Amino acid sequence: MLKIRNLHATVEGKEILRGLDLDINPGEIHAIMGPNGAGKSTLSQVLTGRSDYTVTAGTVEFDGQDLLALPVEERARAGIFLAFQYPIEVPGVSNAYFMRASLNAIRRKRGEPVLDAMDFVKLAKEEMKRVGMKDEFLYRSVNEGFSGGEKKRNEVLQMSLLQPRLAILDETDSGLDIDAMKVVADGVNRLRSPDRSMIVITHYQRLLEYIVPDFVHVLARGKIVRSGGKELALELEAKGYGWLDEAKTAAPRRAMGRGAAA
Amino acid sequence: MSTELQPWADAFGQRSGGLPGARLPWLAALRRQALDRFMTEGWPTPRIEAWRHTSLSPLAAQGFEDGGRQSVAEQVTELKAGETGHWLVFVDGAYDAELSDVGSLPAGVTVAALSASWTQDAEAIEAVYGRVEQGYGTSALNLALAGDGAWIRLDRAAVAEQPIRIVCVAASPKAAHFLRHLIVAEAGAQATVVEHYIGVPGAANFCHATTRVQLGRDARVTHLKLQQESEQAWHLGEIEATQGHGSYFGSHSMSLGARLARNDIITHFADERCETMFNGLYYVNQRRHVDHHTLIAHEKPNCVSHENYRGIMADTGHGVFCGKILVAEGADGTDAIQRTDSLLLSRLAKSDARPELEIYAEDVKCAHGATVGQIDADSLFYLRARGLDEAHARDILTYAFAASSVARIELPEVRHHVERALRGLLPGGSFMEEAA
Repeated sequence: MLKIRNLHATVEGKEILRGLDLDINPGEIHAIMGPNGAGKSTLSQVLTGRSDYTVTAGTVEFDGQDLLALPVEERARAGIFLAFQYPIEVPGVSNAYFMRASLNAIRRKRGEPVLDAMDFVKLAKEEMKRVGMKDEFLYRSVNEGFSGGEKKRNEVLQMSLLQPRLAILDETDSGLDIDAMKVVADGVNRLRSPDRSMIVITHYQRLLEYIVPDFVHVLARGKIVRSGGKELALELEAKGYGWLDEAKTAAPRRAMGRGAAA
Repeated sequence: MSTELQPWADAFGQRSGGLPGARLPWLAALRRQALDRFMTEGWPTPRIEAWRHTSLSPLAAQGFEDGGRQSVAEQVTELKAGETGHWLVFVDGAYDAELSDVGSLPAGVTVAALSASWTQDAEAIEAVYGRVEQGYGTSALNLALAGDGAWIRLDRAAVAEQPIRIVCVAASPKAAHFLRHLIVAEAGAQATVVEHYIGVPGAANFCHATTRVQLGRDARVTHLKLQQESEQAWHLGEIEATQGHGSYFGSHSMSLGARLARNDIITHFADERCETMFNGLYYVNQRRHVDHHTLIAHEKPNCVSHENYRGIMADTGHGVFCGKILVAEGADGTDAIQRTDSLLLSRLAKSDARPELEIYAEDVKCAHGATVGQIDADSLFYLRARGLDEAHARDILTYAFAASSVARIELPEVRHHVERALRGLLPGGSFMEEAA
């Protein structure tokens, strides 16, 4: 589904990604962990098309097409969804309007009929019940005055409405208490399906107790330095990221696992 | 004497005898003195600091004449549709009883045309009418030529639940008209007053409107001015309030129309524990120009002011905001916050935003901030990452920028009215009809 080869990216002239390889097949959940500044968020921004980041080398193929050639909105319509670390507030614009505009833009691309306001509200209310959001959130301005937990729930709600092919969760657990995190994790787990893949970016192992990944990758200094199964997350939790510095001079270990680049 | 000014002296000669209240000696004298001041001083020029960014020379050069009056009944009916309130309608500066609909008023509340109130309320009106030396040359021109306006008076503890609506319509496309609205709220009284300015399409009229507000102890007055004149019109406005102990004055200025609009908005804290909120929003596109000059005069201790102005500049539009907070000597315990944000939608649009703090007291809390910029890149990315076209995303965010100013309007029906007006005006705003 997603093939990343030798990806190099810079922001403000500084190279953040330095030859990243990653393969993701349909139905897989990949966790990307690593110390601060390793390039985790950069990867999510590059995949979704943020213009502040310049790709200087490498390729990204998504469902057989050149992802890097598409503008932001076309990537979203092709099925890439980013759950934001800091969702944006949009005063004066109702959540219902925003989500319907978004869903219809994507449905149009898929060749599906657009939903009118009534059908949309019906659909949205069902999904909101699942993520534990009250109906009033439909008519409130997008994220305005939402608590940290409510904003993240709203991201999960959008994700479940848009039914993406590839969902990227960028530090979705940051700033959440355990209860809020469980709600988010439940929402994500409900979306697991054989033809949907996910990238879960996180600094801590905590979230991965609730969203159990198929593969765990360690991102450091702009590339994946180690890959393994879910037990790798526990190892990182125990050892921290200090060992990365020791390994700096050693040759990077060959990425392992079915999901890693060959 | 400049030839530019002579037509105004002529207009005064023709009109003054027939202006409502002309038989009151003090008023006739006041108008005469005001004309003299205007003839001496003329139009404000950019040499005056407060007019540095706004030139009136095209206005000064333009001639105005009555005639060609069009029917405005439909426009007024449309404005009133589905809305509540006590309505006073002025057409080309004169009260129109037929289009007005004051309805039943609560006890102790007067809502009437000034022209109909000279007999019974002359003394009360005189007390707040204003003086010759106030403001600029244009202020004096208003004082000389204004014959009508709203007379709103709330007795002690009287409360007007429904908004009082003043509608001023330009019906003659080349006419000049002058309005003077007076609002007196005695101790503990409460009211919301909305001034709407509209005109027939394409009208190149000149409207000068002065509003004077007096608030007694613990009175609460929320004033909203919604300026939606034709994009060829000239609009000059002055709003000046004087606040008594513990009173609240809220000023909302939504300036969306006119080729050139200038508003001077002032409040004076005449006693302690006063509170004010100045909220402003303006939109300029094409070659239009909007200028707001505000002054919040913390003349007494322990008063609170919040000021928030936002402007959206498109095409080659030019927006100006100059906000002065004056904290007089001894006004300790002052708490003043001022913020202004300008959104530029085009590279040729221009914004001049100038906060000004003048503090002569020791123990005060004053903060101000100003931003000028384009649509926030993070917000744009968020919307596009949800599949929205860039153009659609920009329209949504432009509306959102304005909406946070509109959200400060407390009365829901007035807020909704302004939201509708914005949707009818902002780029891509019509799609937002369903967003509300």
